Amino acid sequence: MATNTSDTIWLSGNEAIALGASEAGVKVASGYPGTPSTEILENLSRYEGVYTEWAPNEKVGLEVAIGASFAGVRALATMKHVGLNVAADPLFTASYTGGRGGLVIVTADDPEMHSSQNEQDNRNYAFAAKVPMLEPSDPAEAKEFLKDAFALSEQLDTPVLFRITTRVSHVKGVVERGVQQSSAEAGIEKVPGKFVMLPAMARKRRVVVEERMGKCREMAETMPCNRIEPGDTKRGFITSGVSYLYVKEAFPEATVLKLGMCWPLPENLIRTFADSVDEVFIVEELDPFLELHIKAMGISCHGKDLIPNQGELNTAIIRTAIDPGSAPKLLPAVDLPPRPPNMCPGCPHRGIFFTLSRMKVFVSGDIGCYTLGFLPPLSAMDSTVCMGASVPIAHGMAKAIGDGAHDKVVAVIGDSTFFHSGITGLINTVYNDSASTLIILDNRITAMTGQQQNPASGGNIKGEAAPAIDIEALCRAVGVKHVYVVNPHEVPETRKVLKEAMERTEPSVVISRAPCVLLPEMKRKKPVIYFTNQKNCVGCMSCIRLGCPAISWTPFGEGEAEARGYKKKQKGISKIDEILCNACGQCASLCKFKAITQGEGEK
Amino acid sequence: MSTTGNILFSGVGGQGILLASEITAYALLAAGFDAKKSEVHGMAQRGGSVTAQLRYGDKVYSPLIEPGCADIQVAFEMMEAVRYLPYLHKKSTVIVNTQKILPPSVATGQASYPENVLTELTSLDVKVVRVDAFDLAREVGEVKTANVVMVGALSVFLPVDSAIYEEVIEARVPERFKEVNLKAFAAGRKVSV
Repeated sequence: MATNTSDTIWLSGNEAIALGASEAGVKVASGYPGTPSTEILENLSRYEGVYTEWAPNEKVGLEVAIGASFAGVRALATMKHVGLNVAADPLFTASYTGGRGGLVIVTADDPEMHSSQNEQDNRNYAFAAKVPMLEPSDPAEAKEFLKDAFALSEQLDTPVLFRITTRVSHVKGVVERGVQQSSAEAGIEKVPGKFVMLPAMARKRRVVVEERMGKCREMAETMPCNRIEPGDTKRGFITSGVSYLYVKEAFPEATVLKLGMCWPLPENLIRTFADSVDEVFIVEELDPFLELHIKAMGISCHGKDLIPNQGELNTAIIRTAIDPGSAPKLLPAVDLPPRPPNMCPGCPHRGIFFTLSRMKVFVSGDIGCYTLGFLPPLSAMDSTVCMGASVPIAHGMAKAIGDGAHDKVVAVIGDSTFFHSGITGLINTVYNDSASTLIILDNRITAMTGQQQNPASGGNIKGEAAPAIDIEALCRAVGVKHVYVVNPHEVPETRKVLKEAMERTEPSVVISRAPCVLLPEMKRKKPVIYFTNQKNCVGCMSCIRLGCPAISWTPFGEGEAEARGYKKKQKGISKIDEILCNACGQCASLCKFKAITQGEGEK
Repeated sequence: MSTTGNILFSGVGGQGILLASEITAYALLAAGFDAKKSEVHGMAQRGGSVTAQLRYGDKVYSPLIEPGCADIQVAFEMMEAVRYLPYLHKKSTVIVNTQKILPPSVATGQASYPENVLTELTSLDVKVVRVDAFDLAREVGEVKTANVVMVGALSVFLPVDSAIYEEVIEARVPERFKEVNLKAFAAGRKVSV
């Protein structure tokens, strides 16, 4: 990490939050990887004095953090926005219990859905769970606010939600190093009236929750993170998070009320601000969260009547929304072949989806790199909803179809997603007896988010050896009688096993096991490259249909086939790019003409 | 108009765009500027079209470049030089690596790679700098340094002394790759000078 000066450092929002957690003396941190939150725990795991871990899912992660808070130390849970849905159950009751040590939950929202299945606005959780929420605008604030969040959590005895978005997480900016705070010692203290949420105690805590939020509302009036920046009072902007930065660029002269805490809101401060300007504009990404609550105060303002409620904002969107016609004339976009993301060359998932694409079957998919199996030319995924949903959706479809459903629906899930929330679905499939087949894509790592360890990978967050859960034994233990293990790079063999599994009228699991090609140990291997012996290529396009980025098609021009010694009707030839090839051999297992051979060969 | 400089990096996931934008940013910071960089991880990185946005100046607020405001675009792949035209303005400089990476629809024979990308760019009046980064990288002895060749070509257009870049490269590249990366940087610089 290079430095700008000795006291400053250039960090991403996620790196800054990790530094903030370390400076705040956090003792325990848990979470589940999810873009754009992943790098927080990854970075925090490199600091001394804090225990970090990957939990199998966000609910477990938050409960671990609650446990650490109950033991008296500062605790952090991190997740992406949809992860908070999974962790919502403990959140809503931790709001009643409070803790002993400070408890902060980072939710990383993804407006524009750069790497997500929806763009829910998690500010709504702060309102619904009755907890304060801080919302920084950039990496420097992210670090400072995280420390403030722990102080607030302890002062008010409440969990604090900490909302960031992609343009805070994955933006780098200059951050000032701070003072290391000392952390409390852990210990056991029994506080049943606070920690045992039976109805009688919960009713008492319910009252405490309201008192606490009332107090927090009062504090919000004078908190330094809620501030009025004076300026031209014709237009007054109320904003928070990254939207504040866009407002500052679009309307640098205007007065701004910046809300560092977006829940609860400082009503008097907002009123004072609104009274001081001619017109109030509320600028926020996604839902009209501030707008609704400010309108409920009886304050008239502009908001989603002008500002889009979908996707990310930026300076230009805000400027033209408020001053139509101010947009500069832009160079026109040109029509280009799209360049969507794709599975890597040598990706073990490709073989499975190639096979599925040739079967008449509904593929109930899940969340991970393998969701890219949806894209052409494979086009072999028919539904994706949320983490773990593949298994129960396949079961539900099988139950709806009834007899004969066993070979019509398969579920596909990754190893990490299986541990996250697939296992409960599989228990249901066995218990309630449907014959749908589950394919577990075991690539030995959590790949999509950038190679995080998981319960089956044999390593912990620091990369140290850890117990590896045996997926095969686990499936058998929950009652699956038919468990197969295949090597997906051997495409014809995999197809045979899949067919056998799908013909079964009892639950079956096929574990497709081959390591992710991005694993460091795979990258270190000097691959044996496959060459296309082009003189053998008949142009059947079997290899092309895999959709591998390392294989390309060269079409023949008029008369070119004959001139080059191929059959007159041949339309072109395949070629493998040696630099891109990761030597999985899937294409070779499909080529019937010895055009793709290993090692030495004619190019 | 703000006095913030805007650099748009575009290319294909896996080309080393993030490292290139990182080296450039550290050089700007070392020269005393404020800088913010925005990028996207996860699904978007898997071989798809990617961008990194770098802004520098006395004080940078927004991490995103406005359409029509990119002063310099560094395109690591030919077609990716014209995918973001609405971000450019008349005085933009576009530094293009002439390497072609075929997108899936072209590789599978369903679409064709656009011809005349460079002529199209030149006809727009923007300044075009053509860099055979892949060949230059091969000449210095490591094809993977094509991204640093591009940093070299870009460096000429920024108010930062080349010695600062060299220090940044030395600090950020593993010992055994230092020399080859410094050579790649120098080779790129020569193209633009």
